[in-house]
Amino acid sequence: MQLTTPEDFKRVIEAALLAAPAPLAVADLRRLFESDPGGDFVRRLLEDLRAEWSGRGVELVQLSSGWRFQTRPEYQVFVDRLKEERPPRYSRAVLETLAIIAYRQPVTRGDIEDIRGVAVSPNVLKTLESRGWIDVVGHRDTPGRPALFATTRRFLDDLGLRSLTELPALTEIERIMDLVDTKEIEAAAAAATEKEL
Amino acid sequence: MNLPLELAPLETAAQMQAVARLYGEPLLQLPADLYIPPDALEIILEAFEGPLDLLLYLIRKANLDILDIPMAPLTAQYLVYVEAMRSHNLELAADYLLMAAMLLEIKSRMLLPRPPREREEEGDPRAELVRRLLDYEQMKMAAARLDVLPRVERDFEWVSVFVAEKVVERLPEVSLHDLQLAWLTIMKKARLTQHHRVRREELSVREHMSAILRKLEDGTFAVFDSLFDPALGPAGLVVGFLAVLELVKERLVQVAQNEAFAPIYVKLADAAHDA
Repeated sequence: MQLTTPEDFKRVIEAALLAAPAPLAVADLRRLFESDPGGDFVRRLLEDLRAEWSGRGVELVQLSSGWRFQTRPEYQVFVDRLKEERPPRYSRAVLETLAIIAYRQPVTRGDIEDIRGVAVSPNVLKTLESRGWIDVVGHRDTPGRPALFATTRRFLDDLGLRSLTELPALTEIERIMDLVDTKEIEAAAAAATEKEL
Repeated sequence: MNLPLELAPLETAAQMQAVARLYGEPLLQLPADLYIPPDALEIILEAFEGPLDLLLYLIRKANLDILDIPMAPLTAQYLVYVEAMRSHNLELAADYLLMAAMLLEIKSRMLLPRPPREREEEGDPRAELVRRLLDYEQMKMAAARLDVLPRVERDFEWVSVFVAEKVVERLPEVSLHDLQLAWLTIMKKARLTQHHRVRREELSVREHMSAILRKLEDGTFAVFDSLFDPALGPAGLVVGFLAVLELVKERLVQVAQNEAFAPIYVKLADAAHDA
């Protein structure tokens, strides 16, 4: 089949995206064609496609690892009616741990426990790992070499994000934190530890 | 759960006494908005994610300024909860007790008068607690916001068109050259098997044994050499010789030689002949 107009190229990309079991990056889409049409061309067609699908029950979205079709969230209520079971809700422990890893990565289990003030149950980390949202990216060079956790691309994909910068901004607590003289706090903390020693 | 019965004494004078002994000051002096009805305790206790979470709840509920925490009432209220947890036999994590100790320590440091210079050096004893509380609250709220983000399988689904396997099945390409090669391979193989089959028929030891027996049928001696047909070639002769050996082994023929280098004679064994 001879591809002549941009429209032809667009249909090929559409077919590939619909048939793909995972997000497709622009680099993947460029390999669809015998001669590389160039990244900008593909990106322009993707934008066209996104616009074309805008009025449908399905939308084309750009994620961390590429482009993908997904159902529109507003129709999930209806889609759910055909499902056997509801997706499980995550406990606050799981969500808080996830938030700490997402915003403070890479972190060790100890870091998470410091912030939450309680021990982290192994199940919490296992839940997040088996979902494919976090993984071990290394070990901190301290005694015991604790594992460092970070979020995965899959996490970004599953939450419809292109990068970590798209995470919801942290609350204005940061500003409150700035109001407190951090140097003073650090000095106080240092004095406290010295005293303990 | 007999919660109301257990909690009821909290409001009696005796219980008040006990509480007062714990904290060093009467519970009645707590600000009214910091007081949580005992009935609510059970529901609330299970919901806390740890001591920081509990403290934050107490602070936010009482609308306290987190940067200027009144340590005495906060500590008192915290201990009420910890005590309630204990009386309900809830497993009290060490983290809660550690926090209780920390609160009491901060409170005592604030109560004790200090020389002005030392006070300056130490700063506010609450600072570290405030930092941890704010740090935790920030992450707690971040978690809530993360949870609100549309999430696959909960708020939307990936779309994937069903592609029938047959449509995408990759069929290998075949060139004329491939066909030629395949045909040649087949021919080669066929020749091999054919050849092999013929040899098997030709060189069957059993067949030669029968042929030799047939030649000796009359029961007389035959010259050894006459049993072999040179036309069969070396392979045929070897098999013929093997056949003779086999016949000897099975005692079907007798082989005789009068002296060294004399002609060898073969005749049917007596038993075989008689039979």
